[in-house]
Amino acid sequence: MSAKAEIEIIEAYCKGCSICVEFCPTKVLEMDAFVVKVANADACIACNQCELRCPDFAIKVHKL
Amino acid sequence: MAYDYEKSIRPGKLPHIWCPGCGHGIVMKGLIRAMDTCGLEKNNTAIVSGIGCASRMPGYLDFNTLHTAHGRAAAFATGVKMAKPEMTVICCGGDGDGAAIGGNHFIHACRRNIDMTYVLLNNYIYGMTGGQFSSSTPPGHLASTTPYGNPDPAFDLAKLAIGAGATFVARTTAFHATQIDKLIVEGIKHKGMAVIEILDDCPTTYGRRNKFRSVVDMMKRLKDIAVPVTAAAKMTPEQLEGKTLTGVLHKEDRPEYCENYAKIIARVQGA
Ligand SMILES: Cc1ncc(C[n+]2csc(CCOP(=O)(O)OP(=O)(O)O)c2C)c(N)n1
Ligand code: SF4
Ligand code: SF4
Ligand code: SF4
Ligand SMILES: [Mg+2]
Repeated sequence: MSAKAEIEIIEAYCKGCSICVEFCPTKVLEMDAFVVKVANADACIACNQCELRCPDFAIKVHKL
Repeated sequence: MAYDYEKSIRPGKLPHIWCPGCGHGIVMKGLIRAMDTCGLEKNNTAIVSGIGCASRMPGYLDFNTLHTAHGRAAAFATGVKMAKPEMTVICCGGDGDGAAIGGNHFIHACRRNIDMTYVLLNNYIYGMTGGQFSSSTPPGHLASTTPYGNPDPAFDLAKLAIGAGATFVARTTAFHATQIDKLIVEGIKHKGMAVIEILDDCPTTYGRRNKFRSVVDMMKRLKDIAVPVTAAAKMTPEQLEGKTLTGVLHKEDRPEYCENYAKIIARVQGA
């Protein structure tokens, strides 16, 4: 499977709440200490759920 | 291209001050998308708040903004709307601000049916000051001022708004992110007092005292308690136990306050 979007993480804004990790339907994201990281980029279906629920403006979903 | 939120935020203001996982940020994003969908111009829009974590929102938003006294958002917003009826006026703030200390101003704005949109962020607590119980803290729940459980019944804020006369009342949660902007858009387009209650989380002062150990637990709670009004019609009272209805809860047409006022002025001046 190939990624349907490129996920941009703005690390300076991320507060590590892990909402995006929990509710990503395809488990693209992972916590890395207190900041989120893209662990499984190919699985992204571009559903935008991580961006919509990130309280900190720290994720951008760039559709491919 | 991803959605550009920062065009609506004052330069250099991010990251914001809210705690990790605080739903206020999710709601602010929904409000930004809603104002964008409605094509609101910065110069023709006023965003008004009182005091509290939720009430910090106007500090970030690059519009005409008023950060006023605790509980007084509706009163100041009424002044703005009366002076400049052509402006779109949006209030935002918390349950403590809007419905406890500011409950009086809130109900009278509803009664007058003045044309504004009130985004009421209900996180069940006075977040900013350390988690004192508010008028929407559920009975039995723990707050810094109810260490043995809250003895008071809670307001249902949407019902309060309907009872007081608001002509558009809707509810959703911080979990249901796309519904936030959808309902705020309907509220902005509605002529009259529109109240959008958003059930929210305060992981710092409410969650950790009340068995929601993590931000994710709080989000799951919001997901679980919400039942769309349309689905509720087919559910039994037992199934609805502990649930909260979401969606458009009330909509009616009734003369709007500024228009009524203008008519009186015209009549008296014409006489
Ligand atoms: C007249 C007055 N009384 C009390 C306070 C203290 N105070 C500041 S914010 C707040 C509660 C805010 O709660 P809420 O509106 O629910 O917002 P939240 O912080 O939960 O988002 C209180 C009591 C104040 N600033 N002014
Ligand atoms: S866009 Fe959807 S699939 Fe892709 S990372 Fe975000 S939540 Fe996961
Ligand atoms: S939701 Fe936002 S702030 Fe929370 S972990 Fe993900 S990127 Fe970071
Ligand atoms: S105290 Fe609560 S309401 Fe205030 S920013 Fe923190 S989580 Fe949000
Ligand atoms: Mg509150």
